[in-house]
Amino acid sequence: MALHFELVTPERQVRSEDVHMVVVPGAEGEFGVLEGHAPFMSTIRDGVVQVYKTEGAQPEEIQVRGGFAEVGDAGLTVLAEHVEG
Amino acid sequence: MASLKELKGRINSVKSTQKITKAKQMVAAAKLRKAQAAAEAARPYAERLSAVMASLAGKVSGDGAPKLLAGNGSNQRHLLVVVNTDKGLCGGLNSNIVKEAKLQAKKLIAEGKDVSFYLVGKKGRAPIKRDYANSIDKQFDTSVVKNPGFEEAEAIAAELIAMFDEGKFDVAHLVYPTFQSALVQDPTTAQLIPVPAPEGDATGGDAVVEYEPDEEAILAELLPRYVKTQVFGALLEIAASEQGASMTAMDNATRNAGDLINKLTIQYNRSRQAAITTELIEIIAGAEAL
Repeated sequence: MALHFELVTPERQVRSEDVHMVVVPGAEGEFGVLEGHAPFMSTIRDGVVQVYKTEGAQPEEIQVRGGFAEVGDAGLTVLAEHVEG
Repeated sequence: MASLKELKGRINSVKSTQKITKAKQMVAAAKLRKAQAAAEAARPYAERLSAVMASLAGKVSGDGAPKLLAGNGSNQRHLLVVVNTDKGLCGGLNSNIVKEAKLQAKKLIAEGKDVSFYLVGKKGRAPIKRDYANSIDKQFDTSVVKNPGFEEAEAIAAELIAMFDEGKFDVAHLVYPTFQSALVQDPTTAQLIPVPAPEGDATGGDAVVEYEPDEEAILAELLPRYVKTQVFGALLEIAASEQGASMTAMDNATRNAGDLINKLTIQYNRSRQAAITTELIEIIAGAEAL
């Protein structure tokens, strides 16, 4: 019961881990991704990606700027141009 | 024949040159490792992006395709984006890139196309200016920063896309070296704009992917990013190539300096011996005369 989450920038791979849920600031609204999410692709707006390591845990917040998110069989991949924190 | 003192002076000067080249070689070796690590770290992003591009480009085609992908219908004015280093001391790297760029330019001109240049890095300016003084459109200065990174790539790509939108050129090619090893850096030419549809399995599985906003909008957003990534890749390649070429060139220079020192030392010893022998003969001849 885990979602594989990857956060990649052009400079490096920031995250590659199994988490419970990730909330992504999509261009048309935030969306949460849990394990088994349907294939989905969206551009993201500048904002905060919230990573929930376990259910009900305090989310870890990562500032991202510019990019897009892709949900596939392999999990969630966020390609961001800039990452802070 | 040079005097003993002159020879000694020359030996010393070659020795200090050798020290410099040796230091530069070691610095290049250390920097090469860093540059290679940076190139490695950038790979996942580029791979993901081209995979997504491939799956999207297959879906969006025909009239709906953005100009960056489909081109503006013309194939007359070509822009060569030539990526060179800012510093010398790296063997034939820059001249190889320039040679490749001139070759491409000649080929395009022979086909009756117009060619202009967009130069990145200092070292390509002079040799390209010599042959194509009037067709250099713009220069991008990367020498102000220590390591050209993604921000520079962004700036270059933004400028290129703006030029494309203004209709200043129809097709852009990127000329840069691909780093293969410290000994081999092949100059490569790749089409940058319009974006060539990346190869890869365009199907991406059977799953129906939902797009938000829609395919066209995502693709329109993705294409500039893709151009940026291509330029960034070229900057990384040039960084690694520069250090690799520099390491090899400096290794050769150090070895040459060593050979020169040996040769000069032998010459020095011979002259010293000759001087002693002459002196002895003079003394003996003098003694005999008495």
